[in-house]
Amino acid sequence: MSGGITYLEAIRLAQAKVLADDPRVFIYGQDVGSFGGAFKATKNLAKEFPGRVLDSPLSEDAMVGMAIGAAIEGMRPIVEMQFADFSTCGFNQIVNHAGTLFYRTGVCCPIVIRLPSGGTAGGGPFHSQSMEALYAHYPGLVVMTPGTVEDAYSMMIEAVAIDDPVIFCEHKLLYNHLKADALPSEALPAGQAALARPGRDATVVTYGAMLHEALAAAETLASDGYEIEVVDLRTIKPIDTDTVLGSVARTGRLLCVSEAWPWGSVCAEVIARVSSEGFGLLDAPPQRLNAKDTPVPYHPDLWSSHRPTAAAVEASLRELLRM
Amino acid sequence: MPVVSGQTPILQEQFIKAFRVMLLARLLEDKLASLYRSGLIRGGVFLGKGQEALSVSVGINLNKSDIFAPLIRDQAGRLAFGDTVLDTLRTYLGSQLGSMRGRDGNIHRGRPREGYYAMISHLGAMIPAVSGALLARRMRGETGAVGATCLGDGATSTGAFHEGLNAAAVEKLPLVLVIANNQYAYSTPNTRQFACDDLLDKAIGYGVTGHRADGVDLESCLEVVGAAIQSAREGGGPQLVVAKLLRLVGHGEHDDAHYIDSAIKQSALGRDCVTVAEARILEEKWATAEDIESWKKSIHDEIETTTAKVRKEPTPDPNEEDWCAVSDTRLVDNSQS
Repeated sequence: MSGGITYLEAIRLAQAKVLADDPRVFIYGQDVGSFGGAFKATKNLAKEFPGRVLDSPLSEDAMVGMAIGAAIEGMRPIVEMQFADFSTCGFNQIVNHAGTLFYRTGVCCPIVIRLPSGGTAGGGPFHSQSMEALYAHYPGLVVMTPGTVEDAYSMMIEAVAIDDPVIFCEHKLLYNHLKADALPSEALPAGQAALARPGRDATVVTYGAMLHEALAAAETLASDGYEIEVVDLRTIKPIDTDTVLGSVARTGRLLCVSEAWPWGSVCAEVIARVSSEGFGLLDAPPQRLNAKDTPVPYHPDLWSSHRPTAAAVEASLRELLRM
Repeated sequence: MPVVSGQTPILQEQFIKAFRVMLLARLLEDKLASLYRSGLIRGGVFLGKGQEALSVSVGINLNKSDIFAPLIRDQAGRLAFGDTVLDTLRTYLGSQLGSMRGRDGNIHRGRPREGYYAMISHLGAMIPAVSGALLARRMRGETGAVGATCLGDGATSTGAFHEGLNAAAVEKLPLVLVIANNQYAYSTPNTRQFACDDLLDKAIGYGVTGHRADGVDLESCLEVVGAAIQSAREGGGPQLVVAKLLRLVGHGEHDDAHYIDSAIKQSALGRDCVTVAEARILEEKWATAEDIESWKKSIHDEIETTTAKVRKEPTPDPNEEDWCAVSDTRLVDNSQS
C-alpha cells in the first residue's frame, strides 16, 4: 500500500482521461461542478472541461433520466450519486428505463452511474449501503465493484466505453487508504475475475473492500501453513463463474465474502452457481460471510461487528478448513 | 411568468390537416377496441378518445428533428409525428416485424433513434429523458430543436414530474410539457389528485411559462400548443400547457368508466373534440359532409387493409429470441443454473 495514487484519485484521473479522450462524455451529479463532488472525485474537472461537468438539482430520478435521454442522443454521461444509498431515489429510471431500453427498442443506453458504496466508521444506515446485488438482480445492467486502485482506474475507463448501462460501485473505505505506485497500462476486461492470491486449501470469492479483509485473513492463515486462494470478482454482473469454478476445482472448499446483506446477495448467487454447476468439486459445504441483516449501524463499535472483517473471514476459513 | 393565450388565426389548411389525423386516430382506435373485444390483442388497449385535439396539436407542431415522448392517450399525436397505422397495428397485434418485435406492446412503442421515444409505464419518467436529450443537443451546439412530452393529471402528482420539470427549468431547456387534464386518473377524480385551484398554477412554482388550452377545441389546441412550441424553440425555456377535457372511454378497454360523473359528461367538457371539429369545418364551409365521408372511407380502407396484412405476419418465436438484455455480448451473464 505504498506509493502515491489513491483509489479516489484513480477514479478522478480516469474521469479526466475519458473527458479528454471522448467529446461524448460529460458528468452530471450533485455538487460535482466547481465544488468537485462530496468526496472530491471530480475535483478540478469542471475547470479543466468547461460545460461538461454539471451540477444537478437534488433529484436522483431526474439525474438518471437526463443521462438516459443524453445517451439515446449518442452521449456517454457519467452520473455521480452522492452516496450509493441515494440511488434508490433514482431506482425507477435505472432499472425500468436504462435497464430495459436496449432489449425493448434495440437502442443502447451507455450510461455510467457511480455509486460511492459501502461502510465507513460513523457512516450509519443511510451512507453505508452496498447496492450491487440489488442492481445485478435486474436485467440489462452491468455491475462493477473494483477493489484495487488499478481496477478503479481501468474499470472506470472501460465502463464509459461499454454500450450498456454500468453501475459502478466504488468503495468509500478504499478512497483514501488504498494506494498504488502507478496507474495500469493494461487490465483484465470487464466480466473477468482476477486471482488475487493463489492457494490450494480453500477459495475465498469476494470483491470490493472485502478483498482486502480476505487477503489479510489469507496472510494470517499462511503463517499456520494454509494456502488460501482469493478470487476478486471485479464485476458482479456478469459473474465470472468459470474462474470461480476453476478455483474451487483446485481447492475443493469455498467461502464467499461480501459486505452486503445476506438475503439474495452476490454470495448467495455464487454459492448457487457453484452448488449447481460444480457440486462434485466440493469437499465441504460452501460457506458465506455477509454483513448482519440489520440496517448498517452508526456507532463504529457496532459497525465493525456488523461487517465482515479480516478476523471474521479468518474464523470462517478455519471452520471451513475443519469441515 | 406570464400565462400566454395566443391570438394567431389558425389557417384552414392546418385545421383540416389536423382533423384528418384526428379521424385517422379515432378510427384506428375504434379498430383496436374491436380487435381487443375479439380477443386478437393480448394485454391492454388504452385509447385517447376525447383527447385527439390536444394530442394532434403536439405532433403536428413538431419537426422531424424534434423529440417527442408521447403517453398512453396520444394516438393522434403519434400519427402526426410520423408513427404509422402499420407499426401501431404490428405492435398491438404482436407482429415480429413491428418496432418492438413483441418485446413490448401497445402504447410502449417508439423509435428512439428517430426522436420518437418509447415510454415506460412509470408516469413522469419521460420528462427527464427528453430533457437529457435536449441537454445533449445543446452540449453539441445543436440549436433549434424542441422536445415535447405528454402527461395526464395523475402524472402531475409523481416525484418524477417534479424532479423532471424542475431540472429542465434549472437548465432552461426547450421542453414542452403538455398536460391533458382528463379529470380522472384511472378512477381517481381531480379532487383526490391535487389541491391547487388549477394545474396551470404549477408553472409559477417551477419558474416556467404556462399556457391554457381548451382541450375540446381544436383551434385552441393548435394555437396554444403551437405558441408554446414556438416559444421553447426561440429560447423561452420550458413551457407547460394545461388543457381540460374529458376522457370519453375507460382507462383501458377493460374499464367501463362507470365512475365518471354524468354531470361532467353532459357539460361542455364532455363534448367530443372530433365532433366539435367536424361541425366547425362544416360551419366554415372548409369542406362538405361528402368530403369528410370520403376521408373516413379511405381511412377505413387503409386500416382494414393494414390489419389484414399484419394478421398474416409472423409473431415472435421464443426459440429464435436471443434472450439477451445487454448489447455487448461479452457481458452476457454465463450462468447455466
